[in-house]
Amino acid sequence: MNTTETNTIKKPKMGSPVGVGGYVSTRNSCKLCAPLGASLVFKGIEGCVPLLHGSQGCATYIRRYMISHFKEPVDIASSNFSEESTIYGGSRNFITGIDNIIKQYKPTVIGIASTCLSETIGEDIPGHIRHYQEANEGNGKTLPTFIHASTPSYAGSHAEGFHNTVLATIKTLAEYEKAGSHVTILPGMVSPADLRYLKELLSDFGIKFTLFPDYSETLDNEYTAEYQLIPTGGTPIHEIQRIGNSKAVIEFGSMFNKTALRSKDKGTIQTAGEWLESTHYIKNHQMPLPIGIAATDRFIAALKDITGLELPEYHRKERGRLVDSYVDGHKYIFGKKALLYGEIDLVEALAEWCREIGIEPYYIKSTDFETLRAEANNIKPDFLLGNSKGYYIARERGIPLVRVGFPIHDRVGANRMHHIGYRGTQELFDRVVNTLLEYKQEHSPIGFKYM
Amino acid sequence: MANLIEDLKLDEFKEEVLKAYPKKVARKRAKSIVVNDPDAIPVIQANVRTIPGIITQRGCTYAGCKGVVLGPTRDIVNLTHGPIGCGFYSWLTRRNQTRPATADAPNYMTYCFSTDMQDSNIVFGGEEKLKQAIREAHELFHPKGIAIFSTCPVGLIGDDVHRVARHMKEEFPDCNIFGFSCEGYRGVSQSAGHHIANNGLYKNLIGRNDNYKRKYKYAVNVLGEYNIGGDAFVIEELFDKIGVDLIATMSGNSTLEQFESAHTADFSLVMCHRSINYVAEMLETSFGIPWAKANFIGAEATAKTLRKVGEYFGDQELIDRIEKVIEEEMVPVKAAAEKARKKTEGKTAMLFVGGSRAHHYQELFSELGMETLTAGYEFGHRDDYEGRRVIPTIQVDADSRNIEEITVHPDPTRFKPRKTEEELKQLKEAFDIEFNEYKGLMHDMKKGTLAIDDLSHYEMEKLIEMYKPDIFCAGVKEKYVVQKMGIPLKQLHNYDSGGPYAGFAGAANFYRDIEMISCSTIFKQMKAPWEREEYVEAEYVFN
Ligand code: SF4
Ligand code: SF4
Repeated sequence: MNTTETNTIKKPKMGSPVGVGGYVSTRNSCKLCAPLGASLVFKGIEGCVPLLHGSQGCATYIRRYMISHFKEPVDIASSNFSEESTIYGGSRNFITGIDNIIKQYKPTVIGIASTCLSETIGEDIPGHIRHYQEANEGNGKTLPTFIHASTPSYAGSHAEGFHNTVLATIKTLAEYEKAGSHVTILPGMVSPADLRYLKELLSDFGIKFTLFPDYSETLDNEYTAEYQLIPTGGTPIHEIQRIGNSKAVIEFGSMFNKTALRSKDKGTIQTAGEWLESTHYIKNHQMPLPIGIAATDRFIAALKDITGLELPEYHRKERGRLVDSYVDGHKYIFGKKALLYGEIDLVEALAEWCREIGIEPYYIKSTDFETLRAEANNIKPDFLLGNSKGYYIARERGIPLVRVGFPIHDRVGANRMHHIGYRGTQELFDRVVNTLLEYKQEHSPIGFKYM
Repeated sequence: MANLIEDLKLDEFKEEVLKAYPKKVARKRAKSIVVNDPDAIPVIQANVRTIPGIITQRGCTYAGCKGVVLGPTRDIVNLTHGPIGCGFYSWLTRRNQTRPATADAPNYMTYCFSTDMQDSNIVFGGEEKLKQAIREAHELFHPKGIAIFSTCPVGLIGDDVHRVARHMKEEFPDCNIFGFSCEGYRGVSQSAGHHIANNGLYKNLIGRNDNYKRKYKYAVNVLGEYNIGGDAFVIEELFDKIGVDLIATMSGNSTLEQFESAHTADFSLVMCHRSINYVAEMLETSFGIPWAKANFIGAEATAKTLRKVGEYFGDQELIDRIEKVIEEEMVPVKAAAEKARKKTEGKTAMLFVGGSRAHHYQELFSELGMETLTAGYEFGHRDDYEGRRVIPTIQVDADSRNIEEITVHPDPTRFKPRKTEEELKQLKEAFDIEFNEYKGLMHDMKKGTLAIDDLSHYEMEKLIEMYKPDIFCAGVKEKYVVQKMGIPLKQLHNYDSGGPYAGFAGAANFYRDIEMISCSTIFKQMKAPWEREEYVEAEYVFN
């Protein structure tokens, strides 16, 4: 295996001088925080406004990061703790916050995620929700649906936040009735373009499906003449409810919400698919993100298995073209080394794909950019595959960076970057090959324009 | 032009917008939306907590301390003590630029150090981890300074960053290590963080170097300039041209040594009053350095500021040099303005940003012949709107009481008033230089315009819907909302990767950028031709 897994390096003991190889501090972090992942999931629910229970800074920072990536409005409310709320609790702020969201947005759902602050003081958010419902129901008001996800960042990154929120939402809403014929797809943290592709593929297949979360429209919207306070799109509540009766679940990922360091929870943490399987007896097909031919074949095979339907011609041809392009392109990339980073689900899927096309992938699980930067000296990668934040390493080494994942803050069109399925792989493949060709061309003493 | 403002009936906005809020909220917001009259400036409510559930532009105390004030200094290692997000999000995102003297001179601005607190640190305390992180930073870089920034959980779990700093200073006597209690919840906005940062600068850095070597006869500080888009570079060059030392810029393109030597200057020029007025005051009280409000945004404003410097020192040679620089610099600026004005004259702007930018940029718009209809700050206080004269009447609420007020005394050996009371009075009378004074944004806005503090998302949408400005200035968080409404947005936090906009060269840049935005036709194409009402009509128009 070409994978360097230096995550086993021993950390120095507290109080001792800095040891070789391991740092206690995080230097140029490779991960973001949990409520960001939660907000992303909430944006994928129809009619939903996210609320972060804690101080306003977190919501502002998270909004800024999501807005700069998606280049779309992203409204996230905060219950805006003051020093007083840290002492007496945040229930008053919670009530005012919810009141104001309802008055301004008239949402069908309010998705509430905790922050480090509210978790540290032990806020009882389910209790707040119950009290709010008790105080406001009955007097003829229809309240929005409340969903709560616990997302302390000291116990997990944005990826954990994402998967935990998918789980929390399904736990809150899933019905338990007679099994239907629809298939549930839990795609994980993919791009709006990826989500649109999945919907197209499944419709072409003729499969009844529920895709959750679906922020393909809410975070990549068209220009509308009337400004939409809550953008259209997202998985509707009734569809999330019926996830509980689906025929089968397909969930993409490899680590899901299990990368957290909290050892006491290891083994007990379930993914949404695992939870559905153990409590609703729905067959869960867990597989890595379908990037590459083998990975996509695996996904298509599962779909065929579940439904007995055939891959539509159009998509079959996309596969054929992808194979054809591998043949044409592989000589330009074979044996190259790629340094990968980002969410582990994405990185592991990309690594599998790299091996498929003859690129040597290198990555380190749960690391920071400075460790990667040091490792790069040994690995000497030909290019980087990851988000914008690693650009400085690429720049320093004078090698290209192919941008994938989140966050992409230095390019436009992050929401239209397509990574999965035959078509997404095709896009990725062409981008990687062309980037390496361009690099070669630019560094060639001859200005060739024919290869 | 005055008619334009009258015709728009901006006063109707308030009633309209308050309708959507619950009663209590409406009552509170009403006090932050006022119709201006520069001759009888009304009271505006500012620097009060944003109401939960209302989407605000504001950030947190930590952001103001770490991101804004200390962020742009290149040779202090900034270490965030807390969970990972806060540090990550404040990782060199404001486009603050810096120019180390040599290629291998220290620059840690691109580093994002964090203790990345985990569960066990929350339960058992994070001080040991913090100490270890400081050791690592020290071992890696041997920096002159390490600053520790507290995020929300830190105060709650009882970690004492100041104790840790003291402890570690004993371990590393060659390194100035200091902490900030800038937990995000402490104040209502970034502003609290600025104040905390100012206190820290004074306590830990200012006054430690008496040996600053001047190149020129006179020396100044520029306070509250953060080098977005390279603005501070432009200002540095200007001072070099007129032959005046710029000892410390706080804190654009700065170094630790600049802070340490700031007390040797003769005069402080204050750009962003909100974020740095505390240091300006402390430099005056401790060392006798007067300060005056300055503005390098706008060509005329720049000229005025430079002339102020000449008048302050009262040196004819300097004054002549300044006039010569202004004369030269103004030639291309005037040409650029003239060209741009063909497109921009008579257009309207709205500005909602920061704690001074919403004021300063009105200069540039008026140079373009554009009218500012409404403006407001994200984290300004009443004095930034109404002028410093209202400071004694500002009510201190629980949030403000949270922030340490440090008492500053004249330095026993180094307090030396740079000007006598008499001289200051003469300068005021002869040249109208106001010392230790800021007249605020409303003083410069026309009658009938609107000042709105802490504009909410909803209010922003209403403003655009009702008055359709030609350009809206805010930050990236507002950008796509505004643009989805068909109005171009100019980012004044990071300039949409443009700039610099300060000084003469910057003004010309700004004119060009605004001219370009005004010419853009994309906003007319948002509807397909068959969706446009005039479409059918247009088909029959002959030639
Ligand atoms: S406190 Fe926690 S939730 Fe808030 S920004 Fe920091 S890491 Fe994220
Ligand atoms: S946790 Fe506190 S310090 Fe960190 S971003 Fe949120 S409000 Fe700011």
